[in-house]
Amino acid sequence: MKKKRIDKSLPPHPMEELIRSERLPHIWCAGCGIGTVFGSVMAAIQKSGYDLDKTAIVSGIGCTARMAGYIRLDSFHTTHGRALPFATGLKLANPELKVLVVSGDGDLLAIGGNHFIHAARRNIDITVICVNNLNYGMTGGQLAPSTPFGAKTTTSVTGCPEEPFNFCYLASACGAVYVARWTSLHIRRMANSITEAMQKRGFGFVEILTPCPTSFGRRNKIGTALDTLRFYHERCVIRNDIDPKEAPIDFASNIVVGKFVDRARPTFMDNYQLSCRNQIGDWPDFEGTADPENQAV
Amino acid sequence: MSREATSIRKERISDRSVLAGTYFMNGDHACCEGALAAGCRFFAGYPITPATEVGERMSRRLPELGGIYIQMEDEIASMAAILGASWGGMKSMTSTSGPGFSLMMENIGLGICTETPCVVCNVQRAGPSTGLPTLVAQGDMMQARWGSHGHYEVIALAPSSPQEMFDLTVRAFNLSEQYRIPVLIMADEVVGHMNERVVIPRKEEIAVVERRKPKVPPRDYLPFHPDPDGVAPMANCGDGYRVHITGLTHDERGYPGMDDKTQAQMVNRLIQKIVRNRDKIIRTENVYLDDAEVVVVAYGISARSSRQAVRDARERGIKAGLVKLETVWPFPERLIKDVAARVRALIMPEINAGQMVLELERSSGGACPVRLISHFGGSIIHPATILSAIEDAVKGKR
Repeated sequence: MKKKRIDKSLPPHPMEELIRSERLPHIWCAGCGIGTVFGSVMAAIQKSGYDLDKTAIVSGIGCTARMAGYIRLDSFHTTHGRALPFATGLKLANPELKVLVVSGDGDLLAIGGNHFIHAARRNIDITVICVNNLNYGMTGGQLAPSTPFGAKTTTSVTGCPEEPFNFCYLASACGAVYVARWTSLHIRRMANSITEAMQKRGFGFVEILTPCPTSFGRRNKIGTALDTLRFYHERCVIRNDIDPKEAPIDFASNIVVGKFVDRARPTFMDNYQLSCRNQIGDWPDFEGTADPENQAV
Repeated sequence: MSREATSIRKERISDRSVLAGTYFMNGDHACCEGALAAGCRFFAGYPITPATEVGERMSRRLPELGGIYIQMEDEIASMAAILGASWGGMKSMTSTSGPGFSLMMENIGLGICTETPCVVCNVQRAGPSTGLPTLVAQGDMMQARWGSHGHYEVIALAPSSPQEMFDLTVRAFNLSEQYRIPVLIMADEVVGHMNERVVIPRKEEIAVVERRKPKVPPRDYLPFHPDPDGVAPMANCGDGYRVHITGLTHDERGYPGMDDKTQAQMVNRLIQKIVRNRDKIIRTENVYLDDAEVVVVAYGISARSSRQAVRDARERGIKAGLVKLETVWPFPERLIKDVAARVRALIMPEINAGQMVLELERSSGGACPVRLISHFGGSIIHPATILSAIEDAVKGKR
């Protein structure tokens, strides 16, 4: 009884509208960076001003993909690596929707790598948020296409023998119209970038480096999540507008973060409509009304 | 353009969805027209012989209907995209053949688990692996039933002519919307590439089923709480219901439940919604069945050969009959059990090493001999082969 009264006196959680609180507690480990990113994603969605009933989130499989289950939007937790093609179908079938994809590094760029390059090339109008924790967290810490050369994982106990991807460079080379990288320490910058990417027409990509203290941090003697954040604080250098080719993630020196790409390019739907208009003349109205710029005042 | 002119143009566009008339058309093209007549407005696919013609025609026809054609990077992506499009509110389909069908299996499972209406047309060619890309087989029948992991029920139809490619594609969409399930069209290379007369009826003559929408407000909506027929109403993405959809085992709210009880409830419901409605789903064409002593059970192109063989047998005074399976999954167990009890033998010709015949044997329960006419693919089974099997069966030869 007493507890209830206290609850009543509390103001509602600022994100109450967006959280499926009945699903809490969540599955993420203590110190994991995904919760921070989740908060920023929700803040960005709120700030962007899109109709929440017309905003959808799609994920694949992995720790990050579980975000879709905690957010009170139309949310789709699909198969491993396939969030992007699912989101492609969803967005093209209903262009009114604002579609976000949340994905881990392995989900998005190992098993889903082929879909990633093609979705960026087509410039599908979706916002992709990649949580990069440098390994496969959910399965217990195996090497990923993001694992730094020489890092220890359960499948590279003597050190990862592979060179990692530079995701931002890859996204840019494939044609993404918005590319940014932050860490889970950069809460406001990350949220701003996600909002900007959402407001952009086309394929927006935001990479967030996060600590994974349970798997990656423990095996590589990085210490606690707080130690990782301190490391980010000391080593991160913000360099906006540089070619992401010049911004590899190098833990031995500085970690370059920032907004690297912000450009305009026709989306898949723009080009599809254009080519179809040439073919048949008149064309049913497909313009997205979820775009605040297009919304009637 | 004036408002009036625009509306006239849009009217013309909508009229092009059903190209009523009589055509000389191949099966792949008829499949495409059937899909459009049933309301399909989204196609994602990847070129593969002998199913490419479905996608080619879609790429020309969908734009004029305000629909979307997208050629994806592979069949995995194609299957994922049609699931997404279905949740986006468009009726969607893909077409493929053996190797692509194998790649689609995981996301077919996602479609089954998340109860997503869509249609997959498999124009079968001979396997395993790359096999005979340009030649016929019926080797994916068990893959259609069990290809994705876990236990579930499917609906699969088997057209045996270009006309049936049209008719059964319409039906496939209707079943998928009715029962919220990916429906498989198990065609084959000969049916897909054969040109024949195809009659496309007028729009008002084609029955089209739309998915059931929730009648309750979002607050009271349980996305996986079934109506009495076992199927739950479906809110599309963007309808304001804010549903959570997952391939994890989930409860009626759509939320993951990692325990044996939730698993049992969900899987049982996925199975029962098909099993309990099987009499409405299963369709067969029964020819000369009343007095038949030997019955051929066949599907797809092999049913065409069988029809000829049964006719030839009748001309020779042999009481032969035919059960042509329009629905291969679920299998018509009850009909077969009934027929098996009153005939001297059942014969199944199929272009594989014996797949549906296992189901035939199981359903007949040993009441009569069951004979397989097996052909490994590359060509169809000649009616004479089936006729000679019918004659042997009448003589009691095994």
